[in-house]
Amino acid sequence: MGILDKFKDLNAAYDDIKSAGADPFSVRFDEMLSSTEAVVGGKKTILFGTNNYLGLTFDQHSVEQAVTALRENGTGTTGSRIANGSYGWHQRLETELAEFFGRRHAMTFTTGYQANLGIISTLAGRDDHLVIDADSHACIYDACKLTSAQVTRFKHNDFNDLRKRLSRLEDKGGNIIVVTEGIYSMLGDKAPLKEIAAVTKEFGGYLVVDEAHSMGVLGANGRGLAEEQGVEDQVDFIVGTFSKSLGAIGGFCVSNVDDFDLLRVACRPYMFTASLPCSVVASVVTSLEKVKNGQFLREKLMNNAQRLYDGLRNAGFDVGPDVSPVVAIQLTSPDLAVAFWNALLDEGLYVNLALPPATPMGQALLRSSVSAVHSQKQIDNAIALFTKVGREFGAITPERIASAS
Amino acid sequence: MTGTDVEAVIIRELHKLASGSVGIKADTNIVRELNLPSLDVMELVMALEDEYDISIPLDRIADVETVHELAELVRSLNKKADV
Repeated sequence: MGILDKFKDLNAAYDDIKSAGADPFSVRFDEMLSSTEAVVGGKKTILFGTNNYLGLTFDQHSVEQAVTALRENGTGTTGSRIANGSYGWHQRLETELAEFFGRRHAMTFTTGYQANLGIISTLAGRDDHLVIDADSHACIYDACKLTSAQVTRFKHNDFNDLRKRLSRLEDKGGNIIVVTEGIYSMLGDKAPLKEIAAVTKEFGGYLVVDEAHSMGVLGANGRGLAEEQGVEDQVDFIVGTFSKSLGAIGGFCVSNVDDFDLLRVACRPYMFTASLPCSVVASVVTSLEKVKNGQFLREKLMNNAQRLYDGLRNAGFDVGPDVSPVVAIQLTSPDLAVAFWNALLDEGLYVNLALPPATPMGQALLRSSVSAVHSQKQIDNAIALFTKVGREFGAITPERIASAS
Repeated sequence: MTGTDVEAVIIRELHKLASGSVGIKADTNIVRELNLPSLDVMELVMALEDEYDISIPLDRIADVETVHELAELVRSLNKKADV
């Protein structure tokens, strides 16, 4: 028996997808023309699947600061913060992040995945109870595998269900740690954070919010859903990423909890991996300034999000429950989604194909992420291409159009 | 409520998830025989938590293979189900 035979079902499913056209899991951008356009397979393609919410990947100032830091500090740190030392840039970013969120402490991670993996698995000890939203991102589920705490799930965004599940843990001892996300990455829906925070505090629990898709996007100052809903003082730990609105890579956690720095010598995904190179950190520090002063970008982003959401809904597609920069349409089967995705790419539009089990309720989704720097023309083009392909595939029915309008 | 009632509840919930499956018994292997995706297993767990008003930690599920083993786990977490 071969070592990879255990993946035969996965292999068959992957072969099916590849046989339908291009391989959605190895799309190659041969040349980046801007943060919203690239050359794919020799064709100029509009990018609606990048999570580049504020379009900062080509921000001139951030690029220049990154180049300067690269020349001054070299290509990499060649080690971990704990074993091999920190650089001035790491500490500067942590100071500025803490200040941005109005918290006493911050620590950075090499990826957003590691930030959730590390913080959640380290906070939850043997006698504690980790209570996560059922639609949590894979990194939160992976954190559950790494912890010795008892893990239970509550129904997605259902704070009454959370209350019910917390009440079952009341007499069991240990700390309660509730985990939710600001914007959910697949459908773009937001957590009812005010209610989730209230329920968590009712039971004396700690609240962790992953603002990966909402930092820089929501809140007057870009601090995310907790700021938008006015509950920052009830969120004990905010986790996030530099790979979306900040246009780079890396993750972080901010908090006011006492003895926070103990996490640096307890959190394995922080301790046993190489730290971010200074060039990346310098670009994040610079882009964080753009996020701080990003009211104009956020307004443009939300207008763009509304335009795409309304356009696709009015064309007769099933979209998610909330307007946010993540706009996903639901299709009736994975086969249709794969064919649809290929047709869009052939037409010069790149979006994300999202299939079960990565999607909620086994849905087949085509997920778009909107950027502040998309032009109205690009958005209208995208809507027109979705509509054209949707009609060709019979994915839009007249009844749907009637009910949507 | 008798001990076998838990098995009956699990089988009822499994029929909802694995539609078309016939002959689910106490010794049926939930993941292997029913080819139930892990997400469906978690739906089953949530349904049982609500049915018996208990909390079933995810790590305890890892050791469970058959309907009977899951029923035993439910019974161990809630004495009421065993009366």
